[in-house]
Amino acid sequence: MSDQDGLVLTAEDLGIRFGSHRALEGVSLSVVPGERVALLGHNGAGKSTFFKTILGFLDPDQGRVRIAGHRPGSDAARRMVSYLPETVSFHRALTGLEVMRYFARLRGEPVGVAMPLLERVGIGHAARRQVGTYSKGMRQRLGLAQAMIGTPRLMLLDEPTSGLDPVARRDFYRIVDEVAARGTAVLLSSHGLEEVEDRTDRVAILSQGRLVADGTLGALAAEAALKVSIRVTAEADAADRLHERIGGARLNGSAVVLNCPVGQKFALMRQLAAEDLVRDLDVVMPGLDDIYRHFSDLATKEAKP
Amino acid sequence: MSVATRIAAVCGQEIRIARRNRWVALAFGLLTLFALALTFLGAGQSAVVKADILTIAAASLATLSVYLIPLIALILSYDSLSGEMERGTLPLALATPIRRWELFLGKFLAQTAVVTAAIVAGYAIAGAVAAGLRGADAAGLVAWARLIGTSAGLGAVFVALGMAVSACCSRTGTAAAIAIGLWLVFVVLYDLALLGAVIADNGGVFTKVVFPWLVLANPADAFRIYNLVSLESAPVAGIDGLAHTLPVPPATALAVVGAWLAAALLAGIALTRRLKP
Repeated sequence: MSDQDGLVLTAEDLGIRFGSHRALEGVSLSVVPGERVALLGHNGAGKSTFFKTILGFLDPDQGRVRIAGHRPGSDAARRMVSYLPETVSFHRALTGLEVMRYFARLRGEPVGVAMPLLERVGIGHAARRQVGTYSKGMRQRLGLAQAMIGTPRLMLLDEPTSGLDPVARRDFYRIVDEVAARGTAVLLSSHGLEEVEDRTDRVAILSQGRLVADGTLGALAAEAALKVSIRVTAEADAADRLHERIGGARLNGSAVVLNCPVGQKFALMRQLAAEDLVRDLDVVMPGLDDIYRHFSDLATKEAKP
Repeated sequence: MSVATRIAAVCGQEIRIARRNRWVALAFGLLTLFALALTFLGAGQSAVVKADILTIAAASLATLSVYLIPLIALILSYDSLSGEMERGTLPLALATPIRRWELFLGKFLAQTAVVTAAIVAGYAIAGAVAAGLRGADAAGLVAWARLIGTSAGLGAVFVALGMAVSACCSRTGTAAAIAIGLWLVFVVLYDLALLGAVIADNGGVFTKVVFPWLVLANPADAFRIYNLVSLESAPVAGIDGLAHTLPVPPATALAVVGAWLAAALLAGIALTRRLKP
């Protein structure tokens, strides 16, 4: 794999161990320029470990990672990759501008880039205030501005919006979209699919160190082939009789739940509508979290003998 | 050159933080206050001992510096890396092209500069006040300059030691505890143990052969002995009696301080390389 393939990031059969614990196992993933990829997984699924390997902080026990053909941690790779860790709190006594100038110098970029970037993320007005006075959303914007120094080829954002309110989160993703539109590939991790819906081109799901899914949201939904759940409420005292007739699972004294493939949903509803014992119907389509859970649980089941 | 730019960037940022945190002001205020107090205590003595006020004050300040300067240096340096680890800014810095030794060196230079500035300013003020009131001779001025120079060296050794501690702790709490432990061992317990051994030995082989070398091996003791050896008229007691019976040239004591500095820096850089951010 090299620069000519146009891939910004390639991981091939990557494995990382901490003692006997396998933090990552057989992870293969590639990212093209300008692509926004969400890396999902529970705590401890290996997201941060994956990031640290891309940054060259951890050496793979197996497989390899390349950043546009360069070894992680090499000078070329460090210049191409920028990073926003999960929990970062810049020194309270420094101003936003001082933080930005510092990282610009470390990256070998002119300090003049600091102010325009702060303005781009919307905290130009607070550039000369100490970080200790910033709100959580402002601190995270500062972190993002820092990661934008030097127009990186690949931006790693480790759970960048955890703890942000919905407005701050939306603003954050708007900036990420701008960055990606200029050709920077963005790999960001998150706990849930709902947060990154519409915000990413592709979704990769890590579970217990393995990559269990990699594709567009639509493709993953189709692959999961999740079922529609129909909750049928029976007429008074008719739940038992209804259950005998239509099957499914008893939910409580008055309701039955039926599951069916998405394609058969309407036929089933037509049949239920004709039942005189049915008082009401609720249809629950599989949500993003169901898709996420489907793939996460898949790995858990496989892992157990 | 990019290496120099990066070291300068780290150094500048650290000095900025030290100034904002009022460490610079605190270290300077503390050293000035103690230096003035001891100088005027010495002024009372100098009439009796018939020595220049600066010479007398240099002797008492050398003894005080052994306690104060390592403490200030360790307080400044113990969280330099562990603090960044805890705040999460260390991985950020290490993701840039900076080398780990550059980061370590930049921080070391900044903190040493802070300690040195406090020592030079504080002791110079006290010296100027004393000389202005009582006058000073050439020997006194030399003693004072020697005190300031070696104090800065002692500060550098303990900044490097504190940073080495900081590089092997991922929590500032642990680093603080170890730093205080280091201070106790080097400055208090080591001397107590030696004194105890000398008393138990009662003038035997240990006292005559081993003891002087053990005293010199401690950078804090080496600093004090070097300053006292050079002040022939200064009153000395306890372990410092060795100042008059030192088996080697006084410069050896300076070499010991230099060796500690080199060792602490190398250890610190090696530990920083091993950090897993």
